[in-house]
Amino acid sequence: MSQRDARRLSLILLFTPFALWIVLLILLPHIGMGVLSLREKIAPRQYEFGFANYVEFFQEPIYWHIMARTAVMSLLVTALALIVGFPVAYYIAKIAGPRTRGAMFMFCLIPLWVSDLIRAFGWILLLRETGVISGLLQWSGLAAGPVEMLYNDAAVIVGLVYTVMLFMIVPLTSTLEGMDDAMVEAGYNLGGNGFTVLRRIIIPYAMPGIVSGSIIVFMLTAGSYLTPVLLGGKYSSWFTQTIYDQFITRYNWESGAAFGFLLLFFTSLVVWLGLKLTGQSLTSTVARS
Amino acid sequence: MTDTAVSDLECSNVCKNFGALEAVKDVSFEIPSGSFFSILGPSGCGKTTLMRMIAGFEEPTSGDIAIKGRSVLDVPPNRRNVKMVFQHLALFPMMNVFENIAYGLRCIGTDRDEIKRRVQDVLNRVALPDVANREIHQLSGGQKQRIAIARCMVLDPDVLLLDEPLGALDLKLREAMKIELKLLQHQFDTTFVYITHDQSEALVMSDHVAVMNNGRFEQIGTPQELYHRPKTAFVAGFVGDSNRWTGKVTGVSGGEVSVETQGGMAVRCRSGEGVSVKAGDAVALYVRPEFIELAHGRGTPGENSLAGKVDSLLFNGANSRALVRIDSGELVEVDVTLTGGTDDVKPGEEVKLTWSAENATCFEAGDGR
Repeated sequence: MSQRDARRLSLILLFTPFALWIVLLILLPHIGMGVLSLREKIAPRQYEFGFANYVEFFQEPIYWHIMARTAVMSLLVTALALIVGFPVAYYIAKIAGPRTRGAMFMFCLIPLWVSDLIRAFGWILLLRETGVISGLLQWSGLAAGPVEMLYNDAAVIVGLVYTVMLFMIVPLTSTLEGMDDAMVEAGYNLGGNGFTVLRRIIIPYAMPGIVSGSIIVFMLTAGSYLTPVLLGGKYSSWFTQTIYDQFITRYNWESGAAFGFLLLFFTSLVVWLGLKLTGQSLTSTVARS
Repeated sequence: MTDTAVSDLECSNVCKNFGALEAVKDVSFEIPSGSFFSILGPSGCGKTTLMRMIAGFEEPTSGDIAIKGRSVLDVPPNRRNVKMVFQHLALFPMMNVFENIAYGLRCIGTDRDEIKRRVQDVLNRVALPDVANREIHQLSGGQKQRIAIARCMVLDPDVLLLDEPLGALDLKLREAMKIELKLLQHQFDTTFVYITHDQSEALVMSDHVAVMNNGRFEQIGTPQELYHRPKTAFVAGFVGDSNRWTGKVTGVSGGEVSVETQGGMAVRCRSGEGVSVKAGDAVALYVRPEFIELAHGRGTPGENSLAGKVDSLLFNGANSRALVRIDSGELVEVDVTLTGGTDDVKPGEEVKLTWSAENATCFEAGDGR
């Protein structure tokens, strides 16, 4: 076997798992869903090609209300994650010493070792009527009776921000780490105050990280299911719940598939708009190593 | 205001400690207006710390820094009229050239037309009138250098600090930029404080050079003074090339010191500026390669004259050297002119080396390289 063949073989072997993953787990299901979503039910067990499932979404206000609500809440979560994550990332990348940096990164990672479900239950333990916070409030006399803090939008948002925080901090930290400290010093040296340096130097420099973190966080949030259901209750009206209902409760796979595609389409649209507004592109943000 | 009496920058007894480490020890100097002042020292000698204190990024542990006669210790970095060219320039990659230069003007609230006029003006002065709309990554190394200087000079600083800005350039460009920096300094007529570990940069460009070692200033003087009249062994060894021998003083008469080196040769020399030695002292002796004269043929070894054999030639155009192994076994570097003719010295040839006592300097042994 020549060296060239060997190199080709190793390339194929390395590429195969990736290709299998893309084809079997991403491409194939989506083609199947696409076909499914374009089937119109005309009688029991009788289908024909048509856009009825998509039309249904636009005709029923409740569906696109839920979609809009999901999008707005996800944007809010993204913004909050950015506001909370930026100082943390800045501290890790620029202020902390090398040893503290590693430790802080670990602290950010540790919550990921626990499953989503357990973390959501953690919030439930804290926030429910008989939970820790309610108990503390009653014990200290600040509240007369049990306080219910679960099953509202605030609980969902807090839970989601907590879940996705790491995905904002990691790209921000890696971008900020690449920034030469001298750049910030130059900003001050040339007469800028703290605010000017932040607005004109640090944020523009961190923009690729900000956009890439925001895209990841927004996509994760809009597509999340567990946290909105557990912290927001059954009627928290997250779009993924609507999709779940179609598939499982109503056993209407055709409409569920169509909704799945609509969610993908709308979130992609929001991401595209975000990229246009910030003047970034996918290659300069998420695809950047 | 009596401008002549006030120096642009004055440091008095500045010290800086990082924990137990004394980075800068009791440094005092004064820079007259409009001069090119270099701080020369090996890496880790505290020169960058000193510069950062002048710029305001570090606070001195004790001592005072005054700009135009006024102490700036309480002034935050963004309010000091001291601008800095960073080692890697720190141009803002997300802004184009115009925005980079306009940044400082915007910070002080200059109006739009004035900004345009002044940016164009400073670009003309650094001889890059057409680059305003280019992105930073489109500039060459030398152009970036000039933009970094322009970005500072547009703000009319009292003092411009330069932190080894030529370090990242290749040799040819570095040589060209040395001359250009000097010309720019003349043109702007601003005090430049230049930090470097490269003695040739310091010697070529500066009006005055301070040699720094271990957090202290060893000597401040003109390049000529440092080169020809070093006050300490460190300066003699660090500035320019030198042959160095150690030995013992055998006698002192007038300005002349007689030394017997460890290899057994007797040398007459003078003691360094402000250094007093007496018979019996251990000393280090420095002789520069260009002050040693090389003659063909074997002579009789005597005072300040050695016999040896050319070990090898280091050809480097006008700066060629011969390595001569003298009878005691040591290697001596000698400047030679290699014209390519038959008169050139060749490896293996017997030669005679001589120099005058005036050009050999001795210092008490113990310090220096």
